[in-house]
Amino acid sequence: MLRSDVSDGRALPTTEEPPDPELVQLLAPDGTRRADPVYDAWVEDVDAERLLSLYEDMVVARRFDVEAVALQRQGQLGLWPPLLGQEAAQIGSARALRPDDFVFTSYRENGVAYCRGAAPVDLVRVWRGNALAGWDPWAIGMATPQVMIGAQTLHATGYALGCAKDGVDSVAVAYFGDGATSKGDVHEAMVFASSFAAPVVFFCQNNQWAISEPVGLQSRHPLADRALGYGIPSVRVDGNDVLAVMAATRVALDRARRGEGPSFIEAVTYRMGPHTTSDDPTRYADPEVREQWAAQDPIVRVEQHLHTRGALSEDRAQEVKEHAEAFAMELRDATYGMTAPEPLTVFDHVLVQPSAELERQRSQYAAYLAMFEGTSGGDE
Amino acid sequence: MATTTMAAALGSGLRRAMEDDPRVVLLGEDIGRLGGVFRVTDGLQRDFGADRVMDTPLAEAGIMGVAVGLAYRGFRPVVEIQFDGFVYPALDQMVTQVGRLHYRTGGTVRMPVTIRIPYGGGIGAVEHHSESPEAYFAHTPGLRVVSCATPQDAHTMIRQAIACDDPVVFFEPKRRYWVKGSVEDEVLDDALPLDRARVVVEGTDVTLVAYGPLVVTARDAALAAADDGLSIEVIDLRSLSPLDLDTVETSVRKTGRLVVTHEAQRSGGLGAEIAASITERCFSLLHAAPVRVTGFDVPYPPAKLEEHFLPDLDRLLDAVDQVMGRQHSLTGWSA
Repeated sequence: MLRSDVSDGRALPTTEEPPDPELVQLLAPDGTRRADPVYDAWVEDVDAERLLSLYEDMVVARRFDVEAVALQRQGQLGLWPPLLGQEAAQIGSARALRPDDFVFTSYRENGVAYCRGAAPVDLVRVWRGNALAGWDPWAIGMATPQVMIGAQTLHATGYALGCAKDGVDSVAVAYFGDGATSKGDVHEAMVFASSFAAPVVFFCQNNQWAISEPVGLQSRHPLADRALGYGIPSVRVDGNDVLAVMAATRVALDRARRGEGPSFIEAVTYRMGPHTTSDDPTRYADPEVREQWAAQDPIVRVEQHLHTRGALSEDRAQEVKEHAEAFAMELRDATYGMTAPEPLTVFDHVLVQPSAELERQRSQYAAYLAMFEGTSGGDE
Repeated sequence: MATTTMAAALGSGLRRAMEDDPRVVLLGEDIGRLGGVFRVTDGLQRDFGADRVMDTPLAEAGIMGVAVGLAYRGFRPVVEIQFDGFVYPALDQMVTQVGRLHYRTGGTVRMPVTIRIPYGGGIGAVEHHSESPEAYFAHTPGLRVVSCATPQDAHTMIRQAIACDDPVVFFEPKRRYWVKGSVEDEVLDDALPLDRARVVVEGTDVTLVAYGPLVVTARDAALAAADDGLSIEVIDLRSLSPLDLDTVETSVRKTGRLVVTHEAQRSGGLGAEIAASITERCFSLLHAAPVRVTGFDVPYPPAKLEEHFLPDLDRLLDAVDQVMGRQHSLTGWSA
């Protein structure tokens, strides 16, 4: 819950401290399975083997995320937005989707991209500065991640309206953060989605921070309550509980597929790392709060649960670790293997049919570059 | 061939586009049952249904962002922004999304979105209902920007815009909505391409470049100047981005004199771009410095003052005098 001392109008807005007993939670931080009369039914099929698969995805996501941070530190990537701590929110929701669903995300959802099938090279292309998009959206059912905060919620809503017009039961999912919920685009998206009963799921990862601004600055009420004002059913779920996230996402997807319109999920989690590799959370984040959240780790609780069930053998654990390591090494190799784009490609794809003026600029610049050929001032 | 108003010609163009392509959907405020505040979409919701002609909530950024999503899904959305001055909430989505997705995705995602904007002054309206914001969009890569000046162009160009795989910002000169003209159902492949200017009056002394609502004024100026023994070539620019500079250059190579006019404010406007580009191309052939006849660098004024803001016949003729180096120019206003 939000701290009660923020309501007196004097105290500074703050982040939330765990645990919040009102969140939907199926796996407690110590790995205990908690029964839930509503949500249990939605993950009945998630047996030990499937849970292990979710566990594996989270381990892979954490591992390649750490690798990408290292690559940035080594100067191989210009920037990276770590997802550390948000593995359950991303994997639990993304693994609930069908291939024909379409995902519109922010830039931190690399765990979602991994689940949708993005290749390692696709995950780093943008962050190395080689391109503005990492993957082919049609190939993996996921739009190019959005840098403008919240803009993608409208795109998801429009896409969802298109699904309804086409008479298919595919669903659009919009991922965004707590900061985005202050954006007009997000509110307009909820207005449109509600008015037209669009099959869209608003998946908000409340990671407590918008760079240095705590969630309490965006809202003095739980973010999920915002949706209620638009007539959109919402739920607050433990975002560090992969099982609860999957259950809540499935409920929302099912509602959308049945033509009952949008839902809003607030996955309450914590951004354990910096906003990006350029950020310094020691200037604003309370290390004690971070420690409290560290005790809520999304991967540890699944590990403990699987151990309790005797479902995670040493061999299997080793396999998971090796898979994660292999993916991270692929990501590293892909980063090193990437060649810089050709200079004249800067002119490509502005319009489907290039304009005469831009073609003129292209040929003028080509001629200019040609002047340097064979001189020491060229880009050799 | 039928004689209709520009508003009706736009409506019939939209109708044809919807008949030709079932993926064309219309979104906007009051475009359904009401038929739009200018009645351009009159009857379309009745004939195509509320699923294809959607009245939307009152939120321009929302309309634009939803259009992006529909385009992602393979639709061809046609957005109506009710008035020029209401486009600014949508500016963000237009500049950061609509105009960039094709570039961002290396050509993978196309945004065939048409954005219709009734624009310009001269109708005695309240604030925010008379603006000419085209330069913002012409300055934005990835957006095509066009304006029509006749019912025939209105009909054909809106069909071309919708068929175009690029986003097109379509400026409709609202004070000419009720001007009548003959409209043919042109075959799109035979029509003048959307990105080409048209010489509407041929002449040899001065090139007068106009678009949208001022093409009529420019033609009137050519007629009036002819009485005075001057031969003015009038170019209807039609495409504001990309600019058809070749057509303007060809004309200026003949006349050696250039006047550009628009209702929009002068500084940083299209007139500046055209004057600079033509000067670069034709410097040694110019007999006089190019002259711009534009709105002043003020916010759009109250209705009782708009006649002083908007370029009119006399101001165009005064500019013609200037580039002709005539001694007896109208006094008091300098370029």
